[in-house]
Amino acid sequence: MALSGLFLISFLSLHFFINMVSVFSADSFNAMSHFMGYNPLIQFVMQPVLIAGVVFHFVMGFVLELKNRNARPISYVKYNGAANASWASRNMIISGVVVLAFLGLHMYDFWFAEMNYKYIAVNTINETRYYEELVHKFESPVRTGLYCIAFVLLSLHLWHGFNSSFQSVGFANKYAKALHKLGYAFAIVIPFGFIFIALFHHFNHI
Amino acid sequence: MKLTLQIWRQKNAKAEGKIVEYPIDGIEEDMSFLEMLDVLNEQLINKGDEPVSFDHDCREGICGSCSLFINGEAHGPDRGIPTCQLHMRMFKDGDTIFIEPFRAAAFPVIKDLVVDRSAFDRIQHAGGFVSVNTSGNPVDANTIPIPKHDADRAFDAATCIGCGACVATCKNSSAMLFVAAKVSQYALLPQGRVEATDRVLNMVAQMDAEGFGNCTNTGACEVECPKGISLDYIAQMNREYLSASIKG
Repeated sequence: MALSGLFLISFLSLHFFINMVSVFSADSFNAMSHFMGYNPLIQFVMQPVLIAGVVFHFVMGFVLELKNRNARPISYVKYNGAANASWASRNMIISGVVVLAFLGLHMYDFWFAEMNYKYIAVNTINETRYYEELVHKFESPVRTGLYCIAFVLLSLHLWHGFNSSFQSVGFANKYAKALHKLGYAFAIVIPFGFIFIALFHHFNHI
Repeated sequence: MKLTLQIWRQKNAKAEGKIVEYPIDGIEEDMSFLEMLDVLNEQLINKGDEPVSFDHDCREGICGSCSLFINGEAHGPDRGIPTCQLHMRMFKDGDTIFIEPFRAAAFPVIKDLVVDRSAFDRIQHAGGFVSVNTSGNPVDANTIPIPKHDADRAFDAATCIGCGACVATCKNSSAMLFVAAKVSQYALLPQGRVEATDRVLNMVAQMDAEGFGNCTNTGACEVECPKGISLDYIAQMNREYLSASIKG
């Protein structure tokens, strides 16, 4: 879980950077998106690795949850989980399922559409279509709202997941405290940055 | 103090258990929690009823025998203590107190509030020792210089009394904090390094075989641990385990 989580964190950082470019420059966003969409190394090596990483992470998450539930077949009548652990750490399965559901919508919106454009409909290469496609998706208030909710849950997932990943791989030294703070900052800046980008395009194009 | 106790009663390991309500009066705030249960049991015996079974021994926070889950927390609402050092001043007159056994598939209930924690013994038997017989000669131990920081950390890990609060409080019933403390107390000392690879692999394998859950780093164990064993020991054990797995 930890290693796949750290891998997805690094992907999320890159995704955030590219999306943030769309706020500042449509041309740069188009250039970056076109590079990501047509570079063979990214398309045929990195993309399958990423999909495998996502599938591994959520399948292992469900397996872990199931095994852990079986480890306590009779529940407590009174269990005060809030007394000793954060909501985010106790409910990774809830935040994870919401993020997974969002990922389904996201794949439908962008990835399937992209696959269809390139490999099924076999359209001609258009290097300037990406910005318009992005903006078009954020026109709908429902889609933008769902996007924002999912990223609040992603923030909670990262609030625990970032530091938990490092703990699982045995990271505990004099830099651990600084890393914890970085983890909390990452859990706020990246998801809320994505929300900002969504709201920016939504309100700029209605 | 006047209290309402909601206590898990279960005749034996195979019987179905249930929560039974016991009103109790005349409890003083200076009593320990176990003394309060002693008062209840005296009343039950006088009435001809079966007293409530619960684990206890030293009653001074050393032995790790007491094991109650009180109002949703292992060892109750106070911090850094086992149940025997919990005092009734932590509660208010008129309170309802839920008292349950530690719950985990690896800690089956024997009777009422008593659970079988021999899974911890079996984990210890799998590697929680140093095989070399030092023949009780203190000179030998003192001839090996050990950095103060390592000695202190090993000692802190060794303060684990094996009560099982970490398992009881963990939402996953994970025994990682217990095993991490036992692995680390040896791994940090030169005497323990010799068998460090086999120790961590064997103890973790036994932990898994006992049916404990997996650690998701919620940190609840560290908060409820009566000896304040740090989560850092889990990171230490994870490092030990990773390097031992690579070495084989």
